[in-house]
Amino acid sequence: MIDVFIDITLLAFLAITAVAIVRITNLFAVVMLFGVFSLLSAGLFVVMDAPDVAFTEAAVGAGISTVLMLATLALVRRSQKPYYAEAPRAHRPWLPLIVVTVTGSALVYGTWDIPGFGAPDAPAQTHVARYYIENALSETGRAGELSRLRYPGRSHGDLYRGRGRTAVARWATLETGSQDKG
Amino acid sequence: MRPNLILHVVAKFLIPLIILFALYVQFHGDFGPGGGFQAGVIFSAAFILYSLVFGLDTAEKIIPAHWLRVLAALGVVIYAGVGVLSLLLGGNYLDYTLLAGDQIAGQHLGILLVELGVGITVAAAMLILFFAFAGRGRE
Repeated sequence: MIDVFIDITLLAFLAITAVAIVRITNLFAVVMLFGVFSLLSAGLFVVMDAPDVAFTEAAVGAGISTVLMLATLALVRRSQKPYYAEAPRAHRPWLPLIVVTVTGSALVYGTWDIPGFGAPDAPAQTHVARYYIENALSETGRAGELSRLRYPGRSHGDLYRGRGRTAVARWATLETGSQDKG
Repeated sequence: MRPNLILHVVAKFLIPLIILFALYVQFHGDFGPGGGFQAGVIFSAAFILYSLVFGLDTAEKIIPAHWLRVLAALGVVIYAGVGVLSLLLGGNYLDYTLLAGDQIAGQHLGILLVELGVGITVAAAMLILFFAFAGRGRE
């Protein structure tokens, strides 16, 4: 239950940060807020049992990319003119609003077909995960099997021992969904 | 850059710890969360902190740009070399089983080498990126 509460809190803060990033015209503050956004995402990944992804998000998102954006900021102007001050007179906000709303609804509609978070019949659990769960220990000498999805031999033994196979299988879902991160 | 005593002392205290943590993430990656990519990023963060505090020129004296290019290529060579080695030993590309006497030792050695290659390349590439961005201000 506490997981749901933390999820909702973190997601609310994410939404507030995103709106603030769009509204604020001081670019220095925007860069700092990008760092906050990454840190909040990292916290969310930890709650969803994906410390590996959280690790990458914190190191790259909150660390390196903030520094790179600050280095860029040193070369350009500090603040941005508000968009509405430069927009042409004939600008109508309704068309973009409709496009964004329709696209967003289509994406939400698309998620209805995705199996639930940690569902046992999700493709990640029925495809190679079963092979890893059954054979990783005998083939690699490692108790945790899930990271064999990416690298044979890597494991998360503490997770395996502490939280059991459900957590491992949930992790596998997350890892397959975020292979580009690592 | 005006010298700032507190910043210098804190940075000198933190940098060894950051590098130690990067090495932990690198070589403990087969037991816990982490691995070559994260370790490389943390490792480069230590050098980025150094160049932020002590200046870009001092940092480039420690790691010259042509070294970084060599290191970035070296990591890829290690990664691909492990793959080609297992090909030459008669297995599939990146099949670690044949690298050592038995399967478990082979898997361990293989993943250690591959992650080392990943770590070296990522650390070098991150530093190249940072120097490319930060170095433009000097022109």
